Amino acid sequence: MLTFDKEYFNIGYLDTLSYKDTFMHRIDPRIKLLTSLAFILLVISFPKYEISKMIPFLVFPVVILSIGDIPLIFILKKLLIVSPFALFVGIFNPILDTAPMYSIYGVGISGGWVSYFSIIMKFILTISTALLLIATTSFPGICIALEKLFVPKILVVQLLFLYRYLFVLAEETMRIVRARNMRTFGRKGQGMRVFIQIAGTLFVRTVERSERIYHAMCSRGFDGRIRMMKNFKPGFIDIIFAVVTITVFVILRKYDIAKILGDLILQ
Amino acid sequence: MSHHIIDFKDVHFAYPDRTEALSGISFRITHGESVGIVGANGAGKSTLISHMNGYLMPAKGRIIIGDAQLDKTTRSDIRKKVGVVFQNPDDQLFMPTVFDDVSFGPLNLGLSEERVIERVNEALNTVGCYDLKDKPPHRLSLGQKRAVSIATVIAMQPDILVMDEPAANLDPKSRRQLINLLKEFKHSKIIASHDLDLILDVCERCIVIGAGKVRADGPAGEVLLNEKLMKENNLELPLSLQRR
Repeated sequence: MLTFDKEYFNIGYLDTLSYKDTFMHRIDPRIKLLTSLAFILLVISFPKYEISKMIPFLVFPVVILSIGDIPLIFILKKLLIVSPFALFVGIFNPILDTAPMYSIYGVGISGGWVSYFSIIMKFILTISTALLLIATTSFPGICIALEKLFVPKILVVQLLFLYRYLFVLAEETMRIVRARNMRTFGRKGQGMRVFIQIAGTLFVRTVERSERIYHAMCSRGFDGRIRMMKNFKPGFIDIIFAVVTITVFVILRKYDIAKILGDLILQ
Repeated sequence: MSHHIIDFKDVHFAYPDRTEALSGISFRITHGESVGIVGANGAGKSTLISHMNGYLMPAKGRIIIGDAQLDKTTRSDIRKKVGVVFQNPDDQLFMPTVFDDVSFGPLNLGLSEERVIERVNEALNTVGCYDLKDKPPHRLSLGQKRAVSIATVIAMQPDILVMDEPAANLDPKSRRQLINLLKEFKHSKIIASHDLDLILDVCERCIVIGAGKVRADGPAGEVLLNEKLMKENNLELPLSLQRR
C-alpha cells in the first residue's frame, strides 16, 4: 500500500474510534471538552521544575483510554509522531541550566534536565488527552460543543465543512496519486514537476466542487446562515463526571499526592 | 392544482467562455407529469437543470415556474417549489450527519422543530434510510448516499422534483430500488439521465435535447423507440428493447 493511502486510513481509524459506544463516548461533548481544557490548563500551569506533582495526572488519560476502549498503541504512535517538537523545544535546557538540583547516589542532576523532563511530561499529558478527546468524541460533537461554548459560528461551520470534505478530498488525492504510481513503475515519476501539477489539479477540482456544493446549498434555501438542531442536554451523569474530574484535578494541582503517599509508606 | 407548471420559452444561455449551451429551448411541463430528459454528453442537460431553480439565469427567453416568472426576486420562492437532486451525492450532502443534512432544508423553510423532526423522519422512511440518521455521510455506501440525497430534497416537500442522473454508478439492485421509489412519487418529476431503461420505466414523456435545442418531445414509449432519432443523438434503443 502507498504511504498516502496508509495515512488516509489512519485518519479514518481515528474517526471510526470516535463512533464507538462506551461510557466515555456517551458523555456530553461539552463536558468532555471543558474537562479536557481544565486538565490541559492545570498541567501547563505547573512551574518549570515540577515533576512529581504532575505524575498523578497521568491517571486521567489512562482512565479515558481504558473506559473508552481506545488501543494504547495507537495513541503512543501518534504521540511519537508529534514528539520531535517537544523534544527540540527543551533540548538546550540541560546545557544552559547546569545548576545542580538533586543528587541521586552522588550523581548530580542539573536543573536543566529536570525542566527538560518536565516539558516532556507536560507534552505527554496534554497531547494524549487532546488525542483521547478526539478519539472518544465525534468531530461534529466537538464542533457543536465549541459553538455552545461561544466560539464564533463562522469558525465552527468552517470546521464542520473541513471534516465533511477532508475524506472526499483525501480520496480524490488518493486516486490521482495511485494513477500516477501505476504508470511510473517504481521510479519517482517526474518528481517535483508532476507533484505541482497534481496540487494544481486538486485545487481546480476543489474550487469546482465548492461551487457545486454552494449550488446545492442554495437549492435548499441557504441564506447565509446554517441552522442546526442541537438536541443534547447534559444529564445527571455528565455533571457528576465534570464535578468529580475537575475537583480531582484541582486537588492534584494543589497537593503533592505522590509525595504524601510516599511519606505515608515510609513512616 | 394546476400551478405546478414549468414553462420554458425560447431559452438561450451561454457560459462566460462563450460556449453556447442552450440555444432556444421551449417546452411546457404540466402538473403531475413525469418527464425524462435525454441527450448526448454536452447536449445541455445539466445546464437546463441549473435553470430550473434559478442557479443560472437565461440570457434570452423566459422561464415560468408555477405562477411566477424566474428572475432574481422570485428565485428564492421558486427554490422552495423545485427540489433538485444533483448528480454527485457528495456535493449534495454537506452536513456532518444524515439528520443534519435532511433537516437543513426544512429548517431554512422556517418550520418549528417538531415539524422538522416529523419531516425528516418521514423523508428518511420513504427512502428506507431511517436507521442511518446519525451516521456521517462519508460512512455511507454510494447507494445510501443517493437515497439520502433524495430524502434531503423530499423533506422540503417541493412541488416539482428534478433529478440529474439519479442512477449513475449504482449497482443493479440499488438502481432497481431507486426506480421503484421514483415510481411511487406523486410529484411532477423531471429526470435527466443516460439510463434510457430507467426513463422508459419511470417517465411517461421524454424530451430529447441536442446542441442546446429540443430534438424531440413526446410519449417516452414512442420517442425512445425511434431508432433513427436515438442514433442521431448519440443514444441507442433502451437495452430492454434491443434484440440480442
